[in-house]
Amino acid sequence: MANSPILKVRNIETFYGAVMAIRGVSLDVEEGKIVTILGANGAGKTTLLKTISGVMDPEKGKIEFLGEEIQGMEPDKIVRRGIVHVPEGREIFPFLNVEENLMMGAYTRSDKKNFGADMDMVHSYFPILKERRSQQAGYLSGGQQQMLAIGRGLMSKPKLMLMDEPSLGLSPILVQEIFSIIRRLNKEQGMTMLLVEQNANVALKTADYGYVLEIGRIVMDDSSEKLLASEDVQEFYLGLQEEGQREQKRWKRRKTWR
Amino acid sequence: MQLLLSGLANGCIYGLLALGFVLIYKASEQLNFAQGDMMMFGAFLTITFVNNEWFGWPFLPGLLAAMVIMGTITYMMDKYLFRHIFGQPQFAMVILTIALGFVIRFVAGVIWGHEPTAINTPLAGKQVEFGGLVLGADDLSVIIVTFFLTIVLYLFFSRTKLGLAMQACSQNQLAAYYMGIPVKRVFSFVWALAGVLAAIAGVLFASKGTIDPASGLLGIKAFAAAVIGGFGSLPGALLGGLIVGIVEPFAARYLAPGFSQIAPYGIMIIVLIFAPNGLFAQMQNKKV
Ligand SMILES: Nc1ncnc2c1ncn2[C@@H]1O[C@H](COP(=O)(O)OP(=O)(O)OP(=O)(O)O)[C@@H](O)[C@H]1O
Ligand SMILES: [Mg+2]
Repeated sequence: MANSPILKVRNIETFYGAVMAIRGVSLDVEEGKIVTILGANGAGKTTLLKTISGVMDPEKGKIEFLGEEIQGMEPDKIVRRGIVHVPEGREIFPFLNVEENLMMGAYTRSDKKNFGADMDMVHSYFPILKERRSQQAGYLSGGQQQMLAIGRGLMSKPKLMLMDEPSLGLSPILVQEIFSIIRRLNKEQGMTMLLVEQNANVALKTADYGYVLEIGRIVMDDSSEKLLASEDVQEFYLGLQEEGQREQKRWKRRKTWR
Repeated sequence: MQLLLSGLANGCIYGLLALGFVLIYKASEQLNFAQGDMMMFGAFLTITFVNNEWFGWPFLPGLLAAMVIMGTITYMMDKYLFRHIFGQPQFAMVILTIALGFVIRFVAGVIWGHEPTAINTPLAGKQVEFGGLVLGADDLSVIIVTFFLTIVLYLFFSRTKLGLAMQACSQNQLAAYYMGIPVKRVFSFVWALAGVLAAIAGVLFASKGTIDPASGLLGIKAFAAAVIGGFGSLPGALLGGLIVGIVEPFAARYLAPGFSQIAPYGIMIIVLIFAPNGLFAQMQNKKV
């Protein structure tokens, strides 16, 4: 890695009570890149993002953002430093209208004069949010809520966006649409992203680099092209093998990283 | 008419108190049984500032000072007390606030004695002639003040950053954390707001007669009002207060003695049976 990464995670361990959900994870995110974390249900992807955004505190390990240690900080301090977490399952404010939701995204900012310009920027990526600006957010469709969640995150003027399963529950067409917007944000705004996905195919085609998380551990990491080409990822995350063959192979083959 | 007006005025006071309950409940699911005692304390603070036997300040600055002090006290209470039992079973908070109510009553008794005390307001004892009716200026002013307060609160919740953040925290606390809203601090501000509202309610209450340290028990009636209105709804709390306030004097006139005392709870039980979520629960889907 040439550039020095803006986010460095080192040996993070995070618990739910006595249950260790993250078992010593390390990863890097370079400025201007999209990095993806793949993993099955319950692998710990959401927990890892929550630990970075400060909603959960790690028991051990270090998180460095722009050269400063941020592990264990309150989430509002971390947002102020430039990391915003676009949560899984959208999590908008249902009884506030669209515009008020966007305003809440900008809560940590005090530069009132750029507010309008940022609102315009968000509207240019998500015209529907302009159209529905005074509608109650709870009545938006799932896809529109996902757009609102991303737009709301943008309003905090982040340097790094943590995106948790933006494709969750969306139709294939909407998934394509959301991901093309994610790519545009990365290109046009230079937005750095850490992207969690179950939809490995679209995630790897979007990202520059990927990590594979299993039961709280990183088991593989490589550039997206290499991961896409890797047999393990193909078999276990892309589902490229034929059904019957897969049944058979399950007996013979263990994942090579075990 | 006179009956209706005075009932309405009482209802405004219950409504303001109920508003305090609901604000805190909606934000943090905490039940504050000291709301009535906070009201009483706020009234005595104002009395201290404005009555001639004490500081004898003009009324408005005195009220303002009491509001600021009450808001600060309740903010601090949340910051240093309630925040630390957050996440404990709910009854811990219930017991704590009930105990706190006792403490507030005791402190008020020590400082101001147990005699009913009246407050020096500019309007005390004045009457207004209106279309042949003689109306108490105190009742009218309670209603007018509550009306304006409602508008101010509405603007606060829908137009200011802090007001919107309060709504956001109560609608989706986790998302509020994600957006960098300092949720805990916002909760403390909710407590401060409830404290300020309690002080205003207390002064309105005292302006209609007298107040003594036991007046805080009125809070239980306001609690009934909040339940009637549906615990999650701010307009519902106000309306629940008005219902209780209006029913009381009529029950006193037309029913056997003593019934007016239990009328609010009777209504509350009926509402709980037929509309367990309160009369105005649906409103929650529209606007807070
Ligand atoms: N609040 C919680 N309390 C206890 N255990 C939890 C909690 N949340 C998650 N876990 C556990 O932690 C592990 C990791 O969960 P996490 O939500 O991070 O998975 P994930 O990779 O995001 O899964 P998904 O793809 O389904 O979103 C799981 O085993 C889960 O059961
Ligand atoms: Mg998840």
